[in-house]
Amino acid sequence: MTLAKRIIPCLDVNAGRVVKGVNFLELRDAGDPVEIARRYDQQGADEITFLDITASSDDRDLILPMIEAVASQVFIPLTVGGGVRAVADVRRLLNAGADKVGINTSAVTNPQLVADAAHKYGSQCIVVAIDAKAVAPGKWEVYTHGGRNATGLDAVDWAQKMAKFGAGEILLTSMDKDGTRSGFDLGLTRAVSDAIEIPVIASGGVGGLQDLADGIKLGGADAVLAASIFHFGQHTVQEAKQFMAAQHIPMRLA
Amino acid sequence: MNKIVVVDYGMGNVRSVAQALRAVAPEAQVLISGEIADIRSADRLVLPGQGAMPDCMGCLNASGLKEAVLEAARNKPMFGVCVGEQMLFDVSAEGDTPCLGLMPGKVVRFDLSGRFQEDGSRFKVPQMGWNRVSQSREHALWADIPDQAYFYFVHSYYVQAAQSAHVVGTTDYGQVFASAVARDNIFATQFHPEKSAGAGLQLYKNFVHWKP
Repeated sequence: MTLAKRIIPCLDVNAGRVVKGVNFLELRDAGDPVEIARRYDQQGADEITFLDITASSDDRDLILPMIEAVASQVFIPLTVGGGVRAVADVRRLLNAGADKVGINTSAVTNPQLVADAAHKYGSQCIVVAIDAKAVAPGKWEVYTHGGRNATGLDAVDWAQKMAKFGAGEILLTSMDKDGTRSGFDLGLTRAVSDAIEIPVIASGGVGGLQDLADGIKLGGADAVLAASIFHFGQHTVQEAKQFMAAQHIPMRLA
Repeated sequence: MNKIVVVDYGMGNVRSVAQALRAVAPEAQVLISGEIADIRSADRLVLPGQGAMPDCMGCLNASGLKEAVLEAARNKPMFGVCVGEQMLFDVSAEGDTPCLGLMPGKVVRFDLSGRFQEDGSRFKVPQMGWNRVSQSREHALWADIPDQAYFYFVHSYYVQAAQSAHVVGTTDYGQVFASAVARDNIFATQFHPEKSAGAGLQLYKNFVHWKP
């Protein structure tokens, strides 16, 4: 088996610019998106995910020229999520140069969107993002609207349903862990990874390199996503990959 | 001037292919086109493809480009990517779709359900991510690319070439399969060079300068 596990830096985008904040506060301009993406590419990132946190729909369109600019110079897969509500949104992002589109809230309010988008553009470009919160031992509930609204849906059941609807991948974020820097919710990651036959990206809670390795080895994830440990210069992607390779996790070392 | 046409029959991410070609061949004319005249006047051709095979072959047939592509395949350097690689073979199990028949063989789905990888995790389909390519046969397009280099894959189907001489690269995912094939003036990959960072760009660079 030589399929490498992936490391995916995640960048927040506001009005077409990459921003960084601490716990969603104090959003600051983090620099040119092309430069940042290129830096992660050079460090050996396997993909890059952009999360559009823009509130207004006017500003939302600004992400398209940004994705175009990045895609013309960075030749690794790019995923864009945030505010995707219709098949037309998927098309516009793919046309701008995204390889995959993340769908979160709209998947819950309109599951048929996932089926329609997967049918039209292929499962390979449809990532369903799930924000989940522990509600009982071994039980997690799906939340939407950036973690504000409970849905009553069981996260494992929901992941299975989305895989059936044509999702090509699940981006799984633990709301309990997000921002805590105390590691992934490994129980959640393992439960979802074992339940579906499409790849799972673990997200939420990474505070150090062992957390990334644990997400793969203990959580059974196919890829790990992290933001702050890379943004603030704590670690490079290359360091993370070498650390994980030393624990016998198959990694693409650039 | 080197005119490279990325065939646009309405399926797939043709822009990222064109952008990668432009990055490695700034002196060439890289054109995304669905016009028969452009395919006829092209010096080299890239045949991309994404999504379901019945849709891809359907679009190629409906666009009237199939004959032009077959004509170009007789002598022009041609590069097939992903479903554009699979299309070169006789038939695909995906919707029992007849394909272009430029190389003997068929396209089949990964059958990995219930199987586990060495580390105890499930085999996932699609295969999504970076995997190694063994250069099983020498080829001009492998120049300056290390054997066992990683390339980016996203696929649920793969080709079974009837002639082993056509297989120039292999990859291991549950079983060893052909991830790069070639014949005369044709080269094709299951992986996406345009998303495979340095190794992928080098492969396109080699194609741009290839004189089969």
